Amino acid sequence: MNQMNKWVKTIAEKRKMINDTTFLILVTVTLFIVMYIAGMIIFHDQGFAKPQMFLNLLISNAGLIVIASGLTLVMITGGIDISVGSVTALVCMASAYSMEVMGTSAYTAILISLAIGLSFGIVQGYLVSYLNIQPFIVTLAGMFFGRGMTAIISKEMLTIRNETFRSWAEFKIYLPFGTVNKAGIYQPSYIYPTVIIALIIVALIVFMLKKTKFGRSLYAVGGNQQSALMMGLNVKRSKMMAYVLSGLLAGIGGFLFCLNTGAGFVEQARGLEMDAISSSVIGGTLLSGGVGNPIGTLFGVLIKGTIGSLITTQGTLSSWWVRIVLSALLCFFIVLQSVITSRKRQAE
Amino acid sequence: MKKDQPQSLSNSKDKLITRIIHHHLFMPIAGLMVVLLSNLITKPDFFMISMNHGVLYGNLIDVFNRGSELVILAIGMTLVTAASGGQDISVGAVMAVSAAVCCSLLSGGAASTNVLQMPILVAAIAGIAVSGLCGAFNGILVAKFKIQPMVATLILFTAGRGIAQLFTKGQNVYVRVDSFKIFGNFMPGIPVPTPIIISVVTVIVMAIILKTTTLGLYVQSVGINSNASRLVGLNATRIKFITYVICGLLAGLAGFISASRIYSADSNNIGLYLEMDAILAVALGGNLLSGGKFSFAGSIIGAFTIQGLTTTLYAMNVSADQLPVYKAVVVVIIVVLQSPIVQKRLRRIQMRRKSVKVMEEGGASA
Repeated sequence: MNQMNKWVKTIAEKRKMINDTTFLILVTVTLFIVMYIAGMIIFHDQGFAKPQMFLNLLISNAGLIVIASGLTLVMITGGIDISVGSVTALVCMASAYSMEVMGTSAYTAILISLAIGLSFGIVQGYLVSYLNIQPFIVTLAGMFFGRGMTAIISKEMLTIRNETFRSWAEFKIYLPFGTVNKAGIYQPSYIYPTVIIALIIVALIVFMLKKTKFGRSLYAVGGNQQSALMMGLNVKRSKMMAYVLSGLLAGIGGFLFCLNTGAGFVEQARGLEMDAISSSVIGGTLLSGGVGNPIGTLFGVLIKGTIGSLITTQGTLSSWWVRIVLSALLCFFIVLQSVITSRKRQAE
Repeated sequence: MKKDQPQSLSNSKDKLITRIIHHHLFMPIAGLMVVLLSNLITKPDFFMISMNHGVLYGNLIDVFNRGSELVILAIGMTLVTAASGGQDISVGAVMAVSAAVCCSLLSGGAASTNVLQMPILVAAIAGIAVSGLCGAFNGILVAKFKIQPMVATLILFTAGRGIAQLFTKGQNVYVRVDSFKIFGNFMPGIPVPTPIIISVVTVIVMAIILKTTTLGLYVQSVGINSNASRLVGLNATRIKFITYVICGLLAGLAGFISASRIYSADSNNIGLYLEMDAILAVALGGNLLSGGKFSFAGSIIGAFTIQGLTTTLYAMNVSADQLPVYKAVVVVIIVVLQSPIVQKRLRRIQMRRKSVKVMEEGGASA
């Protein structure tokens, strides 16, 4: 009986935490808006205020949005996946190789990408959930495996010249607004289909997490595995499915990434897992699991993108500052989370 | 009574074999033997050691020489793993930081130098001290803020090489001075490569520390049950913190050797993928990656196994960036075998086989 009360209490606790997440997301959104407005004020003469600048953030990070959303699913269950960067590199390289060297169609390349992502997800998910191995070790091995496989496929950089692929990559969707440039010519703003795909995927994941039984079970598993088990949830399967979905989304995201870069090479997307994890954490996902929302992750990615464009617009700072600033921000948010959680525990 | 004797004798023989098999160093040594002997088949002169120009040459020497940094890293990684049940994945990047600090101090900020701008000892200590700070940063995050070790060290894993680039201003700093090169190559008049000497000294120092202080015991007890150790009066936070600082310092030392080997600070390549090797060495040494009991000897043997594997793969024309594939497979196999669920299943199969055997014997005697 006593035990029962405890579980009910922890579940209630978690529910309160989820409300806290909406607060955390608000913090993230505010941070993004403040940063962006600051950028607009400081660099207004360098086009930071143009709507296209904002759309470029989405365009260059479409793949990352999908990958980070997938990672958020895994992190909600209390796990982690650091193989996503290597999976992206492998997907790009495999797509490039299949189209340029083997001469397959772009559709086959999509299938190959999905298959790579899915197989990573299935193997890692099985090892983590059914064999109870630490997710970090498993996905670290996955990370090195993916990067090494990329080098085995080809050490040369492969540029994709496939016509279908190029037509997808260069298909601009014009929006009903724009700016007038210095010569007085109206330039409509545009986005690429990758952005729309990414946003649709985020919407689908949010719907799945909030409205479906599977989505709710992910929160339950991450919040308290023991009570989730007692409630009759299939904990192992839920965890496994989170990794499978994350792998699949890394495959999709990798292909979107590839559409953006149009090439495959060994060093591609190095450190992308860090970008994805920090976006997710900045967006309010708790590393201990049970709390998280892809909307927050989306804003986390936008913050990462804004830092990048602020530093490149500034011009004199070198590019590795992006990662250093991002790491510092991640560190700050992790410590913040840790403080909040421990204070909660003490209050209890 | 006499009738029983032969059986008991064979029993004791069996017991000896099982005792050898179940010794915690059996698997690591067996692994090393497999790797080294497989080399012997493809390359009969593998164990040949010769003297050339007053220094030792040979494949085996090469394995020990190249493995020196790995041995040093593996010691730190063993402590971290034992105390916190997690791994420090920033060691490779910290090596790059140490090398960058050391070389940029020696060159006085220039991209290349032929004259030392500072005593080597001061620069080396500065590099190692900065690495110690990196370790302290990891330690605070893990011990004080209770963040999973690998997430905490992920921060420096990605930011570390960027920080190293800041020290070297984005270029490879060369220190073309002979007295700097000796730490990664040979000391005049001594036939053994210096890195081997440094690693042996490090191992001895760590062994003395463990023998004379209670650090080793405390680390194990914190790793086995952090809460219980706290309740019996151990400062679990401080012990975890200390292991991360030691790991950082040792990574700094390894970085210094690496820099001396190529007499430059190449921030992008020093210590690249070495975190994986160090984790592998710990796992191959029979240490549980989830913490608790540890064995330095195992980790050191594990480090040489990995280095042997690397040398073998290089000999088979596998390039440096393809190596991780094979190592990743080895890691997965080890952790799967270490996993309690798999072990339980294996034990059940063993039990079944034994019971079948007993039943058959029983049937025969009846």
